[in-house]
Amino acid sequence: MRTVTRTRAVHAAIGHDSAPRHVSGEALYIDDIPEPPGLLHLVAGRSDRAHARIVRLDLSAVRAAPGVVAVLTPADVPGRNDISPFAGDDPLFAGDEVMFHGQPLFCVAAESLPKARAAAALAVVAYEDLPALLEAEAAVGAGSLIEPTQTLRLGDARAAIAAAPRRLSGRLRIGGQEHFYLEGQVALVIPGEGQDLHVWTSTQHPTETQHILARVLGCPDAAVTVEVRRMGGGFGGKETQSVQWAAMAALAARLTRRPAKIRLDRDDDMAMTGKRHDFVTDWRLGYDAEGRLRGAAFEMASRCGFSADLSHAINDRAMFHSDNAYALPAAEIVSHRARTHTVSNTAFRGFGGPQGMMGIERALDAVALDLGLDPLDVRLTNLYGVAGDLTPYGQRVTDAVAHELMTELAEACDYRARRAAVRRWNAGDGHLKRGLALTPVKFGISFTTTHLNQAGALVHVYTDGSIHLNHGGTEMGQGLNIKVAQVAADAFQVPLGSVRITSTRTDKVPNTSATAASSGSDLNGMAALDACEQIKARLAAWAREAFGHAPVFTPDGVQVGPERLSFRDFVNRAWMARISLSAAGFYRTPDIHYDRATHTGRPFYYYAYGAACSEVAVDTLTGENRVLRTDILHDVGRSLNPAIDLGQIEGGFVQGMGWLTTEELVFDGEGRLTTHAPSTYKIPTAGDRPPVFNIAIWDRGENREDTVHRSKAVGEPPLMLAISVFSALTDAVAAVGGHRVLPDLDAPATPERILAAVADVRRRAAG
Amino acid sequence: MGRPIRFLLDGQVRELPDDTDPTLTVLNLLRYDLRRTGTKEGCAEGDCGACTVALGELVDGRVRTRAVNACILFAPMLDGRALFTVESLGREGALHPVQQAMVDRHASQCGFCTPGFVMSLYACRRDGEALDRAGLADALAGNLCRCTGYGPILDAGLDICPGVGASGDDADDDTLAEALVAIRPAEMLALNHGGRRFFAPRSADELAAVLADHPEATILAGGTDVGLWVTKQRRTLKTTVSLNDAADLARTLDLGDAVRIGAGVRYADAEPALAGLHPAFGDLLRRLGGRQVRNLGTVCGNIANGSPIGDMPPALIAAGATLVLRRGETRREMPLEDFFLAYGKQDRGPGEFVEAVIVRKLAAERIFHIAKLSKRFDQDISAVCLGLSIGVAEGRVTDARAAFGGLAATPKRAAAFEAALAGRPWTEAGVAPALDALARDFVPIGDMRASAAYRLEAARNLILRAVLESAGGRRLQDLEAVSA
Repeated sequence: MRTVTRTRAVHAAIGHDSAPRHVSGEALYIDDIPEPPGLLHLVAGRSDRAHARIVRLDLSAVRAAPGVVAVLTPADVPGRNDISPFAGDDPLFAGDEVMFHGQPLFCVAAESLPKARAAAALAVVAYEDLPALLEAEAAVGAGSLIEPTQTLRLGDARAAIAAAPRRLSGRLRIGGQEHFYLEGQVALVIPGEGQDLHVWTSTQHPTETQHILARVLGCPDAAVTVEVRRMGGGFGGKETQSVQWAAMAALAARLTRRPAKIRLDRDDDMAMTGKRHDFVTDWRLGYDAEGRLRGAAFEMASRCGFSADLSHAINDRAMFHSDNAYALPAAEIVSHRARTHTVSNTAFRGFGGPQGMMGIERALDAVALDLGLDPLDVRLTNLYGVAGDLTPYGQRVTDAVAHELMTELAEACDYRARRAAVRRWNAGDGHLKRGLALTPVKFGISFTTTHLNQAGALVHVYTDGSIHLNHGGTEMGQGLNIKVAQVAADAFQVPLGSVRITSTRTDKVPNTSATAASSGSDLNGMAALDACEQIKARLAAWAREAFGHAPVFTPDGVQVGPERLSFRDFVNRAWMARISLSAAGFYRTPDIHYDRATHTGRPFYYYAYGAACSEVAVDTLTGENRVLRTDILHDVGRSLNPAIDLGQIEGGFVQGMGWLTTEELVFDGEGRLTTHAPSTYKIPTAGDRPPVFNIAIWDRGENREDTVHRSKAVGEPPLMLAISVFSALTDAVAAVGGHRVLPDLDAPATPERILAAVADVRRRAAG
Repeated sequence: MGRPIRFLLDGQVRELPDDTDPTLTVLNLLRYDLRRTGTKEGCAEGDCGACTVALGELVDGRVRTRAVNACILFAPMLDGRALFTVESLGREGALHPVQQAMVDRHASQCGFCTPGFVMSLYACRRDGEALDRAGLADALAGNLCRCTGYGPILDAGLDICPGVGASGDDADDDTLAEALVAIRPAEMLALNHGGRRFFAPRSADELAAVLADHPEATILAGGTDVGLWVTKQRRTLKTTVSLNDAADLARTLDLGDAVRIGAGVRYADAEPALAGLHPAFGDLLRRLGGRQVRNLGTVCGNIANGSPIGDMPPALIAAGATLVLRRGETRREMPLEDFFLAYGKQDRGPGEFVEAVIVRKLAAERIFHIAKLSKRFDQDISAVCLGLSIGVAEGRVTDARAAFGGLAATPKRAAAFEAALAGRPWTEAGVAPALDALARDFVPIGDMRASAAYRLEAARNLILRAVLESAGGRRLQDLEAVSA
């Protein structure tokens, strides 16, 4: 049964539960936990070759160094030397062959961090170099793939394009992205009795950490308890990439029977952990004179790195989002997943979706330019809900709201008048050019690996009326815990302060999925709600018997017929009557199914939508650029917490803006990452935030599916709003050639790339 | 040996023994020795600000409180100063107004960068800065946040940095000033950590004497470069001589026709004098590092360490600056450009130190221009840096000084270009033929910041932009102006 919602716990703009501890420095991250006596500090020794055979690994000086207690190598692994999520191709330590620059070869455990660091540097490694494939295209050419090339087809795209009145094609390179979570990878392991280990780690995936550690150590899952209170940022970078370090600490703790901690410094973290995949996308469109698409073909190659990691699903999602918000009458989407001798690329907010969308957005800009139309009109013409509803993977889009969002936003931000103003500005002969773009986001919500769409929660009601809330999701700053607490408080109609948020632990809620795919509150909120409803059902059954009335939970207490009891008295009496006040909740997303062999089905429960309009200025003498203004209208359904959701929208946008502008990963010819610290890898600063920045949650948003309080996921979708910036930069560069030629601008649009594109446009426009 | 390091923490006197490791960072001191874990390590190179703490010192009898990076601040540099960390402010349930504003504005998400932002804002508020949104973005450019997109943090800053003067909610500055006077060192700090020495002479003369005894010592100013030798390159410094306590080196003097910036003058303190010479210096300084770096790093340190990029040397060379070097009682003065001999090699002998840089005042009619190109506008190392000083008579260039960073192994004048420019009309068309000479001056190399081709093309265009700007097009055709 459901009670009528009367508290303001859900849909209220409530601050992050940890905020007072964040600002006072009292929030404990793993490296802040008081160090246990006898703690060992770990440092991993890295490969300094991209691809080589190890001829000799002499660790005698390492072992003999002061303070060294243990040196861990593949030979010391009692179970399997593999930390991969499923493919079995990710060794904890490289064996005879190193597969990327920075790959761990061994690990030193010493009495102090400086001693461990000094010792690790003493390793003598002799390599025999092997040919290295560093770029996706080279690897695809050589047939080096993590799985066979995947193809998604709707109709006959080639024929449709061939038959279309107009055709265009192009190539877009899209750079990768470093997560740059402020807290680097870290784990602390304390050995217990027998094989037992307690693992504190900064991970988005406690369950997988538990399972892999057990596999590495050759012990039952049940011997390993993984605990996560909070992460100092995750963004996908701690979904699989956290496991390696926890495994090293677990191995050290097992072998020495001493507590062990590993914390990567920034340079190691950036060199040794995976990033967002960089892509090369070839696009081809057929369309008519009004800009209506007839067919689209995309051929994408992504750099997966040396192992599979999550690249199958990431590239699948890139394919699923090659349409972004647009109905393609016919489509062919080809996806090559290149195995390269670089660090294994991994999940990053959007999970391939952003790279997928970039192709179609560039292509639509090209169409607009070719036809002399406003790009906004070309976009509006082709949206789902306007031009069709069938996705290339066979799912019908039944909740299309992009058209409403975009037209509302265009109105609110005065798009048409500003388009005219930009045109006037660019007609002048100054070296500053302006650009404007309004782009949509449609993002599929659910893990495309269907079985992952499940979650658990554990709720205890104590006899003083306080509530212990636990669920399988992890807190990385996104406000998951406060949202789930709001759901629980609302369920019992108790003050939010009665709900105690606790750390995520594999011994409380088992077999969970990663906190990823924006699914955290959808899945865990529902699981927590289920636990609350189970307890309420027991309470109701008891109350009907004991009082002759069903209880009604209200903010002023529990109404049972004529009697009103405080929540505390009510649950205390239930306890006296021997009613269980604890429940394990569970949730599985309904109605989704997906056949990976054919890439068809309904992989997504619903879609989240948003739209953004960005205006930029470009200095055509230097390529320097600035976002002058951004307006965002975003659909979060009925927001569980508008304060948290606004934070996700703004933060996601700025992170996406960094990806497409200043954040550039540079590998040298040897496969060495040269941008491995914030001195060389530039994420946005406060000054990069658009000086005019209007963000609104769509007030008509409501999830048509039965999600938790009709909310929508918000973690990833806003990142792709930043494509408006990239498109606006392209627009500004096109102004140099009077919008006659399409700029060949790749991402990230650094000043250097912009200046090169400016020169290229000038040349082609003149010729 | 001598006496302990003595500093104030939360206003209370703390001491560290005279055998303290001289390159122990304040971050590690806090986190591991004092168990104050609110201060975080994000990068250990002064680029992310997660370790920001506030450092108070007496300046002309008044307490100045400034944000600095604890990760590259050596513990002996606390001597005679007051340290505040996030724990100095408030606790959950009794938050400081800065902390409360951050909570009220939803300015934390993952929370890891948050103490650093709190401390940057605290330092601004305590120092009585009035900050608008743009000013706050400058003050916070040295603090990276990956979650929020910064808006809520800027809002919190606007709430609590109204610039009402020293804030009433903080500990009484008079009391702090008295406490600082009480721990003011009576003698030079000298440490010995198993043979690794550290000295902090209290005057230029004392510095000269110490260096005479230790001619191979590493000279430490703000530590924003030397700090990284330790935290990133993991070098062990045998003998370190700090000039942080040499009061006479921390002065900027107006010599009438020039200003003399002492070796200990930090970027932040040099700004008024340099911006007074030309506003372009102010614009450059605002983009040099983050606020925390400018609060410690020195103009002369930027010169002495011989970075091929700058950012100060190209601008100073263009302005005709000279460098004063001193060994013992012997001084020599040279044009700044002559100091840079080769990559990593400067014209400074053992026992010698940079005492000051002297920057001549610019004649009013001179065209002076500074430009910096980087991937990110704020707090980034430049790909190309230009300093340009042009004399024009009757529309033609009479003489030119053009110095670039990022195009060669050292900051360097463009001699061929300068020669080619002489006598040409100072117009786009007039200057254009001289630009090819830049390729004779420089054969840049590419790296992760920019390719060689971009550097050279941008260098040409920066000259053209200087022409356009001096013709008065700046307000309309300047990114800064259009985004303001």
